[in-house]
Amino acid sequence: MSSAELTNTDSDWKLPSQRKVGMICLILTESALFTIFVVAYVWYMGKSLNGPFPKEVLHIPWLASIALFGSSFTVTIAEKFLHKGNRALFHVWWLVTIALGAYFVYFTGAEWYHLIYKENLTISTNVFGSTFYSLVGLHASHVIVGLILLSIVVISSFRGKLDPGHSEHVEMIAWYWHFVDAIWVVVLTLVYFISVNY
Amino acid sequence: MASDTIVDPDFKVPAPERVGEEGKTWSHVIQNLVFTVDHKKLGLMYIGSGLLFFVVAGIMATFIRIQLFFPRSTFLDPDVFNRFFTMHGTAMVFLVGMPMIFGFANYLIPIMIGTRDMAYPRLNAFGFWVFFFSGLLLYFSYFGAPGLYNAGSAPDVGWFAYSPLTAKAFSRGHSTDYWTLAILLGGIGSLATSINILVTTFCLRCKGMTLGRMPLFVWLFVVVAFLVIIALPPLSACQIMLTLDRYLGAKFFDTQAGGDAVLWQHFFWIFGHPEVYILILPGFAIANEVIPVFSRKPIFGYPIMVAATVMIAFISLGVWAHHMFAVGMTSLGNTFFAISTMVIAVPTGIKIFNWLGTMWGGKLHFDLPMVFCLAFLFQFLIAGLTGVMLAVVPFDWQLTDSYFVVAHFHYVLIGALLYTLFAGIYYWYPKAFGRMLDRKLGFWHFWLFTIGFHLTFFPQHISGFLGMPRRIFTYEAGRGWEIWNQLSTIGVIIQIPGILFFVYNLIYSYYKGEVAGDDPWDAWTLEWATTSPPPEYNFEKLPEVRSRRPLWDLKHPDDPDWKFE
Amino acid sequence: MMAVGATGAHAQGAGADLPTHMVADMFKPLSRPAEMIHETSLLVLVICAVIFFVVAGLLLYIVLRFRKKPTDNTQEPPQIYGSTNIELAWTVIPILITVVLILVTSRTIGEIQNAKLPEDALQIRVVGHQWWWEVHYPQYGIITANEIHIPVSSKDPAKARPTEIILQSADVIHSFWVPQLAGKVDLIPNRTNKMWVDPYTIGTFFGNCAEYCGTQHANMLLRVIVDTPENFEKWVADQKAPVPPPQTAQEIEGRRLYYANACVNCHTIGDSVSKGIFGPDLTKLMTRQTIGAGVAPLNHENLLSWVRDPQILKVGCLMPNMQLLDTEAEAITAYLETLK
Repeated sequence: MSSAELTNTDSDWKLPSQRKVGMICLILTESALFTIFVVAYVWYMGKSLNGPFPKEVLHIPWLASIALFGSSFTVTIAEKFLHKGNRALFHVWWLVTIALGAYFVYFTGAEWYHLIYKENLTISTNVFGSTFYSLVGLHASHVIVGLILLSIVVISSFRGKLDPGHSEHVEMIAWYWHFVDAIWVVVLTLVYFISVNY
Repeated sequence: MASDTIVDPDFKVPAPERVGEEGKTWSHVIQNLVFTVDHKKLGLMYIGSGLLFFVVAGIMATFIRIQLFFPRSTFLDPDVFNRFFTMHGTAMVFLVGMPMIFGFANYLIPIMIGTRDMAYPRLNAFGFWVFFFSGLLLYFSYFGAPGLYNAGSAPDVGWFAYSPLTAKAFSRGHSTDYWTLAILLGGIGSLATSINILVTTFCLRCKGMTLGRMPLFVWLFVVVAFLVIIALPPLSACQIMLTLDRYLGAKFFDTQAGGDAVLWQHFFWIFGHPEVYILILPGFAIANEVIPVFSRKPIFGYPIMVAATVMIAFISLGVWAHHMFAVGMTSLGNTFFAISTMVIAVPTGIKIFNWLGTMWGGKLHFDLPMVFCLAFLFQFLIAGLTGVMLAVVPFDWQLTDSYFVVAHFHYVLIGALLYTLFAGIYYWYPKAFGRMLDRKLGFWHFWLFTIGFHLTFFPQHISGFLGMPRRIFTYEAGRGWEIWNQLSTIGVIIQIPGILFFVYNLIYSYYKGEVAGDDPWDAWTLEWATTSPPPEYNFEKLPEVRSRRPLWDLKHPDDPDWKFE
Repeated sequence: MMAVGATGAHAQGAGADLPTHMVADMFKPLSRPAEMIHETSLLVLVICAVIFFVVAGLLLYIVLRFRKKPTDNTQEPPQIYGSTNIELAWTVIPILITVVLILVTSRTIGEIQNAKLPEDALQIRVVGHQWWWEVHYPQYGIITANEIHIPVSSKDPAKARPTEIILQSADVIHSFWVPQLAGKVDLIPNRTNKMWVDPYTIGTFFGNCAEYCGTQHANMLLRVIVDTPENFEKWVADQKAPVPPPQTAQEIEGRRLYYANACVNCHTIGDSVSKGIFGPDLTKLMTRQTIGAGVAPLNHENLLSWVRDPQILKVGCLMPNMQLLDTEAEAITAYLETLK
């Protein structure tokens, strides 16, 4: 029996990209993780026995949100320049993305400093503190991971290690960054717009 | 038959290698195991360590049964007993069930879809070692956790660790921390492996292996992997919350500070119930391969089987609160979860009927894999029906947390899952080691274990009807429970030699078993197209397929499957 | 099931002369909610048994009929890939069975969970503790532990006198389960659950804590003592009656020791300064049948052993060994024995 009989007539056998499927899976599982922290936050909204309560201490982080959402656009622009082969503009926009992300992390740090030292809200103060710090902290840690990935890209590019073959790697990091942004939409809406009524 | 099945007949197979035999000395063997990223070795390591933890957790179960032989027995202290059932349950789910199924997935999926390895071999090795160390961490609690004031050693909060029993106030010392961290760690390994399975099946199929032509085994593992990546994060999330509670004083489950004990149950079971299907679907996967081969017929209703699996997975995400009918949900909530739970019986029933349909009109060969699968069908029928009883909320108000539930889930996890795992081991052992498992020893294993299993767990239905709650270390005389507990313990004494026959068979046949050849069962999927054991690269030349049963096409060129698809 | 005598009956304690229902068989219900569950359960059992025999019979038939016989030729059997009609049939049948089960289930859920109890129904508040039950009778101002006294009701709806039980927990989750009276309901800290019982016959009903709650979960036993309304009223009057002061020198010394030691921090005795709430109320200790939430019959020997070191009868229980001298333990026991 020859292997010819097994030959498929369809000669161009195409399969999805490993990186894309892998990243989609990662995003799915991360979404499930966030969902639970979001549910915990919703479950405990208005259930704190003692203050400080959200309406007393939370302020809508306009600037940080604009920075984070803006970074989603800048990373897309940077990607476009990478595709066109314009390395200089790619570097500029990519660094802008990192700067915007870094500002967001700085904002979270400042906000937490204020909450802990000025408002006396810690993770052990009440159920609001527990759910707030865990949800926002989980998101912030993802921003930090994203920043590390973004920095690896730009560092390799500066050292000349980033060649056109890596465009899908870069795209995946951009996907992750968009995901982190999308999570912020949920967190912002829930924590800073809805829960401030309690 | 063997010569027919090699895809490229000109290719000369190198001398079979066995795991650990490449090196001469023990240090070579260990180096080989530690550094390997080969999916087959990792698969065998998963199964091997699963069996190891199975024996340890089984010994704990034996002690539990001995303690319950007599009422008011003083064989074990209550604390020791409570640790035993906690460790038994945790180990059997996270250190036996999960690694065993991942072992089969790792070993078989790449060969079945005609590729050389998993998509991310190093991630695969990472997943294994994370799991393995999480197991060691859990058991290390016996030595590492004892603290001041007899604060306890191993975890003793039960395998679902209901808060607030896990709070610092009620669980002093570090026993619960070992439990939490071990499960968190093991979860990372499971997630890594599941993502790997998904990427492998979507991106590495050989030419012609469309999704509709994948063996059902692979299909079911795709569904399992999806369930893992959706359902496992809730478990990790609630372990993180519990750790924050215990170490940073967070209030998630602190009922004194407005925390809610029931939230833990919701989070745990939204993982815990899909977990049941994560464990049982691989059992179905094995049955889907074994039953057709030993009936000499293709699986009945392949598309319906896939659809039923997807439906089971989908519905299983919405049934979690059927573990919580006694917590005082509203009648509407209770009714909703009763309905969703019963609906899951429909696709499950379809599966059982399709297996019967596969056998109908076939020529049944009663080799060991098939015998275990037939026992699985019978036992899973019982498990499914007791499951329906538990879904009937009023009945559940009596049965939940009683020995009836213990009997039910042991029929699921032993009667169904473990039996198919045994079937899988008898079926694929020749592929992995090139030698058949001994038939006579295998039947001793089968009969002793089956008799022991039913004798152990059937009476527990009755002690549940008579009001015996689970997790009690002793009971009063005169409650009508003595005889059922004694039968149960005798059953364990019968199961033990069964397991010994099995373990002896694994070792004996490795050296003395009949040489298997490439395709001892005259089967149809791609793993039988390569040598036994397969070379490190699986296939010299990657195969191409045009139907669900590529080897059937090869063996029956006059009547190939692809004409009918 | 009536297992009169055996270890169930004890010489002392209120209601000790009643028949005991030690074997808590859920298929012999003696109370309305348990009976409603029982009816549903029987129907489900029958349906499941029919399915079992049909499918197992089919499996057996297939195994016998289609096994490979030695006389068979080596040809493969006809290759059948599936059949839409057959698949449809075995999808529709389970759906129909499921619909029946769902209807039955939701009806019984509603009947039990949303039952309207009469306004004047007896109300009891049960608080779960590691590992004992605190029992309040708010309408009577009585507090007791582990043994719940209620009046018998009747099968006749007009004469029915159901009892409502309010369930709370002081520490971890427990579950109240007396199979012959009703299904189980959890006691959850920070939440209040409700259930009701409506027993048809007098007797002592046995139950357990059904949710794992720590070391001594197994010995968190429960007795519901159902008596005639007259006897119940008598019991209530007796619980409210003042306790006679200690008489003998030993009893008086025992009382002194009781108040001088840490006992008062955890236990309550009537209107005295002993107002602890961590342990069972001892006001009418000697009217109970058992000690340590059912771990042993309440008699002089066991009480003395308990006072000397509770960890002997119930290892791990939260009452520590008070390191009393033998004479002190005996004096305290003598004092406790006056609490009736």
